[in-house]
Amino acid sequence: MTIQSPVKAGIAHWFPGATGINGLSQLSGGASQETWSFDVVHPSGNIAVILRRAPAGYGAAPGRAAGLEAEAVLMQQAFNAGIPSPRVRHVLSAQDGLGSGFIMDRVEGETIPRKILRDAQFAQARGLLTGQLGKAIAGIHALDRSRLPNLRLMTVAGELDDLAAEYKSFDWPRPVFDLALRWLRDNAPAPSDTVTLVHGDFRHGNLIVGPEGLRAVLDWELAHFGDPMEDLGWICVNSWRFGEIDKPVGGLGTREELFAAYESASGRPVDIARVMFWEVLGTLRWGIMCCGMMQRFRIGPDHSMERAMIGRRASETEIDLLRLLAPRA
Amino acid sequence: MQDQPTPVELINAVAEFLRTDVAPQLSGHAAFKLRVGLNALDLVARQITHEAGGNAAETERLSKLIGASGSLEDLNRLLSARIASGEMDFQTPGLAEHVWQTTMDKLAIDQPSYASYRRERETGSKVKVKSNMD
Repeated sequence: MTIQSPVKAGIAHWFPGATGINGLSQLSGGASQETWSFDVVHPSGNIAVILRRAPAGYGAAPGRAAGLEAEAVLMQQAFNAGIPSPRVRHVLSAQDGLGSGFIMDRVEGETIPRKILRDAQFAQARGLLTGQLGKAIAGIHALDRSRLPNLRLMTVAGELDDLAAEYKSFDWPRPVFDLALRWLRDNAPAPSDTVTLVHGDFRHGNLIVGPEGLRAVLDWELAHFGDPMEDLGWICVNSWRFGEIDKPVGGLGTREELFAAYESASGRPVDIARVMFWEVLGTLRWGIMCCGMMQRFRIGPDHSMERAMIGRRASETEIDLLRLLAPRA
Repeated sequence: MQDQPTPVELINAVAEFLRTDVAPQLSGHAAFKLRVGLNALDLVARQITHEAGGNAAETERLSKLIGASGSLEDLNRLLSARIASGEMDFQTPGLAEHVWQTTMDKLAIDQPSYASYRRERETGSKVKVKSNMD
């Protein structure tokens, strides 16, 4: 469904002085969320923007998602704090007739990991990104909680219960997942003394990169409060290294480099054992997410090949879990 | 007995046509989808070729490890349950070797180009088990 007429009707209200829009196109869309791109035609210069929305009837955030309104607040707070982030231009209200969502600046750049990790134009960025990522994560963890939306609090015990329940719901035996769950329960750290905002999905695909490095952190859908070490563990999960397996931080750099940048920006020491715990948990989590894609492929409505094939990537996380927990000599 | 060509020969012939004749005519999302489809066809061909041998060896290892007989799925369910209950873990003799071999056999079909798998094929041999990470 196109959103042309409500956008045209609202544009002068959202961008005072705007005379119309150009190049409206849909970038992605599932049943519950859509992403659109267009240019706002304005006498003082056109503005390239992205609209993210959940059509009416899909307003309630499913399961773990923070919800688009919360995402808009998080992104705006991140922008205000100087974290590479798109500026939020307008938060949709009922009278806009577009459901819930927001309009933000369109940040040009690359999100495709293989290009970021291999293309010549990002050679300089690759040398800078690990430090920039550590600094951005530190910035996210420093956001003032009193200005943030009310997000769920993630605890290790709760997260392990959720993962175990989801794995069990697939009713398909994966002894490596059982071994990982057992290891995680046996090695669970005490509740973190420090609780901060956690981005929750800080990895390739959600990072816009230019030749000079990090331009924007996207997709705050899984943001929550919890152990700040979680974000540092998640960016080190092997699934985000895209072949560069000797560079733990997104295939870009070393843990030491990431931790040094994080410590210097946050003033908070990195708890290396905790980060490793979250890396193991994250590896299992991605494996379970892959299995979940397979379930949704079977149940529908999305019977796509892509979802089906992601189901066959769960075994990648099994070998990575074994490399972490039972390395071969 | 079914006649020839074999399923693998048929899949490979279709994949070859899609790769050489159809792929160059597509761009954008359709080209991406075709690549995913070709990956799926290649995976199916690998599975048809290698599955039987891998399953037989896995069944034998599991029977020995668990001390029971049954279908491959039943044995895996039993192993899962014993790990979940704490009855078996990485310290159980033969368990780490078993899950490593099974996982390597899965990757050989699912994603033989996955970097962790390629690394383990080149270098991996003996399992050493860490009880804790420090």
